[in-house]
Amino acid sequence: MSPADTLRFATRAALGYPLRTALMVLAMSIGVAAVVMLTALGDGARRYVVEEFSALGANLLIVLPGRNETGGVNPGSFVSSTPRDLTTSDAAALLRLALVQRVAPLAVGNSEISFGGRLREVMVVGTSADYVDIRGFGVASGQFLPPEDFGRASAVAVIGETIRAELFGNQNAIGRMIRLGDRRLRVIGVMSPAGRGLGMNSDELVLVPVATAQAMFNTNSLFRIMIETRGRDALVPAQAQVEALLRARRDGELDFTVITQDAVLGTFDRILSALTLGVAGIAAISLAVAGILVMNVMLVAVTQRTGEIGLLKALGASARAIRLAFLTEAALLSLAGALSGFVLGHAGAWVIRLVFPALPAWPPSWAVIAAVGTALVTGLLFGVMPARRAANLDPVQALMKR
Amino acid sequence: MAQIELEGINRVFTLGDSEVHALCEVALSIEAGEYVAVMGPSGSGKSTLLNLLGLLDRPNSGHYRLEGRDVTTLSADEQAAVRSARIGFVFQSFHLVPRLTAVENVALPLMLAGVSASERGARVSQALKDFGLASRAHHRPEELSGGQRQRVAIARATIMRPALLLADEPTGNLDRATGQEVTALLEDLNAAGMTLIVVTHDPSMGARARRRLLMEDGFIRQDVRKPASPSLAADQPQTAP
Ligand SMILES: Nc1ncnc2c1ncn2[C@@H]1O[C@H](COP(=O)(O)OP(=O)(O)OP(=O)(O)O)[C@@H](O)[C@H]1O
Ligand SMILES: [Mg+2]
Repeated sequence: MSPADTLRFATRAALGYPLRTALMVLAMSIGVAAVVMLTALGDGARRYVVEEFSALGANLLIVLPGRNETGGVNPGSFVSSTPRDLTTSDAAALLRLALVQRVAPLAVGNSEISFGGRLREVMVVGTSADYVDIRGFGVASGQFLPPEDFGRASAVAVIGETIRAELFGNQNAIGRMIRLGDRRLRVIGVMSPAGRGLGMNSDELVLVPVATAQAMFNTNSLFRIMIETRGRDALVPAQAQVEALLRARRDGELDFTVITQDAVLGTFDRILSALTLGVAGIAAISLAVAGILVMNVMLVAVTQRTGEIGLLKALGASARAIRLAFLTEAALLSLAGALSGFVLGHAGAWVIRLVFPALPAWPPSWAVIAAVGTALVTGLLFGVMPARRAANLDPVQALMKR
Repeated sequence: MAQIELEGINRVFTLGDSEVHALCEVALSIEAGEYVAVMGPSGSGKSTLLNLLGLLDRPNSGHYRLEGRDVTTLSADEQAAVRSARIGFVFQSFHLVPRLTAVENVALPLMLAGVSASERGARVSQALKDFGLASRAHHRPEELSGGQRQRVAIARATIMRPALLLADEPTGNLDRATGQEVTALLEDLNAAGMTLIVVTHDPSMGARARRRLLMEDGFIRQDVRKPASPSLAADQPQTAP
């Protein structure tokens, strides 16, 4: 029997039992689709986080108060417990380092903003002129915070797009006086919409000079200091310089942490990759189940077609020809399942992207290849036993069965 | 040298503790082109004999020489090759593949033998025409009458031009008239030179054969030849219906 004939015969056989074939293909495709969709979700989350961090801008060092013993990044890195405060004079000192290009001290708190009787809760970020460049934000109208001494508490504010829309509507916001907490500040700029990063959406922020924020929140400490180094190569030496300087400024004590963006990124990347792999593994179990289903379906097919197998033998079919025909049928079923699962999975990922536009839910190609490959291999593997059973049937017995 | 030579053939089935001697010391010699009817009560071993002749079954002991070659010692695949080239089967229940059309059913042996699709097409359509099935070529078995089904089965059995045609109660599922048509068809094939061995319960059909084997309890009790021409036999039924 030629390969083309075997293929044709197996196709006809599979199509001869449409319900059985459809169920089989469905089971297989659900398995493949599950892998494709779940990895799309996992990898989407990973990419989302990576992009969030990338939005911070390159060549970034972040100084956090408090010591992180391992030197790596753990959840503690993001909870500021302050043994000794980071101050604006630390930030000013850092600016004088040779490898440091820009420095943005950050003081963060919540307050109430009001204008013309309209009032809302906002997050206030006290920072400096360099912040906008470090984060890669844009200013839609007016100007950003003026470059000035970190200690000067100018009464100015730059507001996010959402805040502007809520407080001012169609009116011009620039030059207006707003009340922020117990202070009156002049709006000097509005941020471009949809700048995001690290969970802070610039649309909903009010940015003020760092000294203004510190006065408002009645504190001397900083939430963190962001440092942009001169070029990517300068990142590691700059980290050492920053550490040395800050250490000298606090009597040799290492009660702060300097992290690079890479370290943070790497950690999240690792965690989320592992997560993706995990869900892929769980979904792959459904593929194994589908494989067992292939075996069952093929065993039923052998039983159902016992008479036909006997006939084929009587007509001179070799055991090999019968084995190949049934194996081909199993392979076809798995192939159809894998392909429709592939399509189904991509459709699912597309729906996820539609529902959560922020999430780049594209299935990684390794997962797609692994899912389709596993489907085919399990289908074939589990098809071997039924095919052998068919080939080994006794022709007389088989012919007697109707 | 006879086409078929059986020698001391025994076939024993074991069912639990009991043994059934389906064939006992069967010795038989059939020349090429003979027309043999195998008759006998139910359970006498007729089908077992036919399966053995068709290499679907192996004897427990004895020798079977087909065209001079001892075929009992062949491997399963070698036997399959012999079946493919030399033997055609016709069954009581037709054994057509339900999802395949008449053409595809008839083409099966050619396909299994690896004959190219183009050659198959020509040979199959010729065969269907010969058997008066040209208009039914693309119908599936369920859309055919019993007689048509059996004709498709006969077309399939002979498409490889076998030397030996084995039919196990080929008219058993057909009414009398259709059964006679099918018998005539088989006899035409025999007249063209094919050895024809038919198992039948129908005495009138058995009477048409030039040679009759009467089986009982696994033994061949009678082996009757008649020199008369087939037409004469048909004209003078020796047994009442
Ligand atoms: N696979 C088997 N297992 C056990 N016993 C069997 C088997 N096949 C046949 N037999 C027995 O062998 C004997 C001969 O059977 P066989 O089928 O050859 O009879 P038969 O002459 O064709 O009968 P019928 O006219 O009813 O078709 C019977 O007693 C039957 O029960
Ligand atoms: Mg029988």
